[in-house]
Amino acid sequence: MPQLSSTVRLVVNGTAYDLEVDNRTTLLDALRERLNLTGAKKGCDHGQCGACTVLLDGRRVDSCLLFAVAVDGRSVTTVEGLAPGDELHPMQAAFLAHDAFQCGYCTPGQICSAIGVLDEAAAGWPSAVSDGTAVLDEDEIRERMSGNLCRCGAYPQIVAAVAEVWRG
Amino acid sequence: MREFAYTRATDVDTAVALVADNPGARYLGGGTNLVDLMKLGVERPELLVDVTGLPLDEVVDDGGTLRVGALVRNSDLAAHPLVRARYPALSQAVLAGASGQLRNVATTGGNLLQRTRCLYFTDPAKPCNKRRPGSGCPAIRGEHHNLAILGASAHCVATHPSDLAVALAALDARVLVHDLAGPREVPLDDFYRPVDDRPDLELTVPDGALVTGVALPPLPMAAGSRYRKVRERASYAFAVASVAAALDVAGGRVRDVRIALGAVASRPWRARVAERTLAGEPATEAAFAAAAEAELDAARPLRDNAYKVPLVRDLVVGVLRDMAGGPP
Amino acid sequence: MTATTARAAVGRPYTRVEGPDKVTGRARFAGDVRVPGLAYGWVVPASIARGRVRSRDVAATLAMPGVLAVLSPENAPRLGDTGDATLRVLQDDRVPHYGAPVALVVADTPERAREAAETMRVAYVEEPHDARFRPDHPRRYAPEHVNPGAPTATGKGDVDAALAAAPVVVDARYTTPAQHNNPIEPHSATALWAHGRVILHDTTQAPYASARTLAALFGYPPGTVRVVAEHVGGGFGSKGLPRPEAVLALMASALVGRPVRVTFTRPQMFPLTGYRTPTAQRVRLGADAGGRLLAVEQTATQQTSTLLEFTEQTASYARAMYPADNLRTDHRVVRLDVPTPRWMRAPGTAPGSFGLESAMDELAEACGVDPVALRLRNDTRLEPATGRPFSSRRLAECLREGARRFGWAGRDPRPAVRRDGRWWWGTGVAGAHHGAGVGPTVAHATAYPSGRFDVRVGAVDIGTGARTALTQVAADALGVGPEQVTVHVGDSDTGLAQGAGGSMGTASWSWPVVAACRELVRRLAAGEPVPATGLTCAYDTTAELRDRDDLARYAFGAHFAEVAVDVVTGEVRVPRMTGVFAVGRVVNPLTARSQLMGGMVMGVSCALFEESRMDAAFGDFVNHNLADYPVATSADIGAVDVAFVDDPDGALNPSGVKGLGEIGIVGVAAAVANAVWHATGVRQRHLPVTPARAAL
Repeated sequence: MPQLSSTVRLVVNGTAYDLEVDNRTTLLDALRERLNLTGAKKGCDHGQCGACTVLLDGRRVDSCLLFAVAVDGRSVTTVEGLAPGDELHPMQAAFLAHDAFQCGYCTPGQICSAIGVLDEAAAGWPSAVSDGTAVLDEDEIRERMSGNLCRCGAYPQIVAAVAEVWRG
Repeated sequence: MREFAYTRATDVDTAVALVADNPGARYLGGGTNLVDLMKLGVERPELLVDVTGLPLDEVVDDGGTLRVGALVRNSDLAAHPLVRARYPALSQAVLAGASGQLRNVATTGGNLLQRTRCLYFTDPAKPCNKRRPGSGCPAIRGEHHNLAILGASAHCVATHPSDLAVALAALDARVLVHDLAGPREVPLDDFYRPVDDRPDLELTVPDGALVTGVALPPLPMAAGSRYRKVRERASYAFAVASVAAALDVAGGRVRDVRIALGAVASRPWRARVAERTLAGEPATEAAFAAAAEAELDAARPLRDNAYKVPLVRDLVVGVLRDMAGGPP
Repeated sequence: MTATTARAAVGRPYTRVEGPDKVTGRARFAGDVRVPGLAYGWVVPASIARGRVRSRDVAATLAMPGVLAVLSPENAPRLGDTGDATLRVLQDDRVPHYGAPVALVVADTPERAREAAETMRVAYVEEPHDARFRPDHPRRYAPEHVNPGAPTATGKGDVDAALAAAPVVVDARYTTPAQHNNPIEPHSATALWAHGRVILHDTTQAPYASARTLAALFGYPPGTVRVVAEHVGGGFGSKGLPRPEAVLALMASALVGRPVRVTFTRPQMFPLTGYRTPTAQRVRLGADAGGRLLAVEQTATQQTSTLLEFTEQTASYARAMYPADNLRTDHRVVRLDVPTPRWMRAPGTAPGSFGLESAMDELAEACGVDPVALRLRNDTRLEPATGRPFSSRRLAECLREGARRFGWAGRDPRPAVRRDGRWWWGTGVAGAHHGAGVGPTVAHATAYPSGRFDVRVGAVDIGTGARTALTQVAADALGVGPEQVTVHVGDSDTGLAQGAGGSMGTASWSWPVVAACRELVRRLAAGEPVPATGLTCAYDTTAELRDRDDLARYAFGAHFAEVAVDVVTGEVRVPRMTGVFAVGRVVNPLTARSQLMGGMVMGVSCALFEESRMDAAFGDFVNHNLADYPVATSADIGAVDVAFVDDPDGALNPSGVKGLGEIGIVGVAAAVANAVWHATGVRQRHLPVTPARAAL
C-alpha cells in the first residue's frame, strides 16, 4: 500500500513543527493552511510571481514549488519571523518609510526576497547585469528583485528601500 | 495533482532501479519544472524519487575537464569561480534564466530536462502531439509567436526553453547519464532527439535514465565566450532568441568559432553550418552575416514568428562583432 | 477637544496606517482569514467555447477522497436576475464561453478539491463558435450606450467636410490588444453562515454594492449578506463588481453546511474576472498649417460576450480633450463567444488616449510643430463635445511643468538621429485626462469619552492609501491629530458606499466623512454629553449629489517618456519617465505619488508587454499565466518622476479631491510609442510595442 502522506518536521521561524501532510502539500500551503502563517502569499502557484518567497536555510525560494515532504527537517524563515514581537527588521522598516508597497499582497515575498538579495550580493554572486564589479547599484537591485512581481507598481520605492538597507 | 508516494534515494543505483522501467515514477531534483508540470496536470507521477541527497553537487576540475554534478544548483553554478573564469557564457546563460528564487533551487540536471513552454503542451485540455501522440498540433495554426523556426516538423513546433543548454551546446558539453546498464556519456548534441513524427520522444536515452552531471572539455577560447538573450521584458522571461558563442580570431581571421542558438528549435541548436561558413574567413560583419544567413537558410518560419529570422541573424552578427572587438 | 490642530493633516505625507501590518505579514487578506471547519471549493471550467454540457460524472467525483459535494445545475439554487449574467453560474447546461464554470467540487482539503475538479469527466455537445475579433466584423453594431452609461455617439459640426477642407490631415488606425488586470491576489471568497446571516470574506472593491447584489441574486432578505474586505490585494477593476467566486462560495457553503472558500487559480482568473477588450480605433484629425484643430474624430470597435453587453468608452476620450468646431465620436461592439470584458484601470481613457495622443503626435510631425506646443495651442476651458465648462483644467500647466522637469526644451524633433552605441534614443509626450466623479456614500463619526474618535465608512483600501487619507481628512474635520482617529473600512454593514474604482473612492468617501465629523464637532461644542458607548453622527450624501452643477469634472495630466531601442534586437527600454498631474487637492503626497507611479508602471507594462492571446479556434486566452502574460518586473522600470500642479477646484466635494487612481496609466502608452517613433522613425500604431515591432 503506497504511503501517500508523510510526517515532516519543519523548523519555521525557530520553532519545530511535526506535521502529517498529504505528499502533495506544498511548503506554501503547509505554512498557510496548517501553521496559520499567512504572510507568504499564493499569487500564481507556479513560481511566476514570487509572492510566496520565503528563506529556506537562509536562501530565498518560491515556496509554492517545494513539496513540504521534500524539505523535511529544513529551516524556514517567513516574514513573520524576521523580527520579534513588534520590532521591525531593517528591511521592513525601510519598506514602510519608502512606501515600498501599496496593496501589500506581494510585500512579504518582496521583503524576504530582498533579504536574500543582500546575502547573495554580500557573497559576491553575480547577476545578469553584473560587469565584474561588486557594487549593488540600482540596476543590480532591479535585476535581482525581478522575480517578485508588484502589480501596484511600487518598484521604484522597493529599489530605494533595498538600496538604503544595503548601504546600511 | 494525483496522490503520490515519496522516497529519498541514498545512492544512484537504487534511484535508477526505482525509476527505470517504472512509467509512474519520476526523479525529483529541485522540482521547479516537475512540480510546475504536476500542478498543470501534464505530469501525473505516482512515485517521486527525491535525488537531492545524492553526492552529485560538486563542480570539479578533472584534468582540464570541468565536471558539474547534476545537483549543482543554478545559482551555485553561475557563481562558481571556475565557471566564471573559463566558461563565462555558461554563467551568463544561467543568470539570464528564471528568477533568483528559482535559480536557488533549480539543478543543472533539471535545467537540461525542462520541458517546452508551448501553451498547448502545458494545457492538458488542449490537443498536443507531444503529450498525446496523434492528437494534433494546434500551435501551428494558433499561438506560436515564440515557437520554432528551425528543425520543426508538421507534428510539433515546440522550442526548448533552457538557456544553460544553449551554452553547453556551444561548448561541446557531454551529458553523464546512469541507467540500468550503468553510467555513460552522451554528447549534448546527441542527447535531444530531432523532431519528427514522434515529438513525445524527446531524449535519446531511455526513460528513467538519471542525469548525473555534465562535462565540459577544455576550450581556451571559451574564456571569452558570451551569452546574449533577447526577451520581451528585461528580466525573468523565456527567450525569444538567444545565442551562445565563443570566438578565436588571429590575424584578423576566424581561427575557431562556436555558435549555438536558443528559442529557435526543440533543442539547443548548434549552428554548425554557420561555424563551417565562418571558419578561416575574415572576422568582419559581412562574414558574420553570411554565416548566420547560411545557418538560417533552413529556417521555416510560421505565420507569426518570422520576426525571429532577422532577429537571430542580427543577434549572431551583433554578438560576434562585440567579441571580435569591432565598433559598436 | 475643540482646539484646532496647529498643523493640518491633509496635504502632509503620512506612512500608511496599515503599513506595519502589511510589512509584517499580519494583514489578513480574504484567503488568509482563519475559519474553523473550512472546506474548499474548486471550479471545473468549460473546455469548449459554445454549446452545452451533455453529462458530468458526478458519482465518480463524489467517490473520490475527501469530496463533500459537487455543485452543478442539478443542485445549485435558482438565482435571480440582477442584470449581470456572468453571476448566474450553474443555472443550466449552456456553455457561454471557454472557462465558464460547469461545476464546483467541494472537498476537505485544497489538494483533494483540486484533483477531484481536474479529473471530473464532463462531456459536451459542441456548437460552432465565433471568437475572432475583427474591426470589420459583419455582426458589429452600435450599442445603446457605452460604459458607464454614456452616449454611444456624439456629433458636432461636419467632420467630413472639415477634413476635406483642412490643410493638414491625419487619418490613422490604432489597435490595442485584450489585456488582463492580473492583480497579484487571486479572487477568493469565503462564506460562513451564522445566526441567519452569511459573512463573505471576499476580494472586492465594493462590499456594499456586492452585498446587495448577492442578496438579490440569491433572493435573500436584504441584509442577509455581509461582505467584508479589510485588505484587498489589488483589483484594478477586476474586483469592482461581484465575481463568480463569491456566488460559488455562497452556494457551496449553503449546500454543505460548512464554511467554504473558493479561490480561483491564476488561469481561471482569465475567463472569469473580466479584462480589457481589444480595441480597433480610427482617429482623424484636421488642422490648419500651424496645428490648430479644425476637426477631430475618434471611433472604436470592440468585443463583448454573449452574456452581457459591455462597451468600453474608448472614443469618449476625444470628447473631453482637444477642442474643434467639428467633433465626432462613435463606438461599435460585436458579441462573440468569448469571456466577458469589463473594467480594467481607466476604462475608455487608457485605450482611447493611445489612439488620440498618438494621432496628435502624428499631427505634430505633419505640421512641423513641437508636440508639447501643439497641445498648448489646442487648449480649452469648455468640454469639447458638450460645451460644458470644466470645473478646472490645468492641462497646460502639467505640460509646461512636465516639459521643464523632463528637460524637453531644445529637443531635436527629427526622428532616428540620436544613436549611442547599442541604443537608439527618443523622447515622447502625451496628454491625459480622467473623469473626477463622486458617488453616494454614508459615513458615521463617533466620539468617545477618552477623546478618541472612530469613523466608519464602507470604503475599501485596495492599495490606494484610502484608509490613511480618510484618517487625515477626518482628523482635520474633527480638529484633532490623526493619531486620535481610527477609520474603519471594508464592511458592507457600514452602509451605502461608492466602490473603490473609477477614481471616485476618496472623493466619494471623504464627503460624508467630513460632513459627519463637522456635525459631531458642532454637537460636542454645543455641550452634548458623550456616553460610554460614544456619540455618533451619520451623514448620507445621496440627496446632495442629485443637485450638483452640470460641470465637466476631470483630472488632467501630461506624460513624458525617454526610450532606448536596441539597434540589433528592437528591445525597448524606458529608463526615464515624468508624469505631472492636476488632481485637485492631494491629501497625502506620499501615497498619492505611489498611486500615480503605479499607474505609470502599469502603463509601461501595457505599452510594451501585455497581450491576452485569444486562440479563436478554442475561444481561450491561451497565455493564461504570469509568465506568458508578461507584466513589468522591477528590471523594466527606471526613474519615475511624479509631480503635481496646484489644482484648486471648489466645485468638486468638501475636500477638493479629484481622484488619481487611474490617470497615472492614461497616456503612458502613447508617450512611449511616440518616443519609439522619435528613436527609430517608425510609427507604432499597435500595442504592445514588442521587439518584433520596434526592430528596424
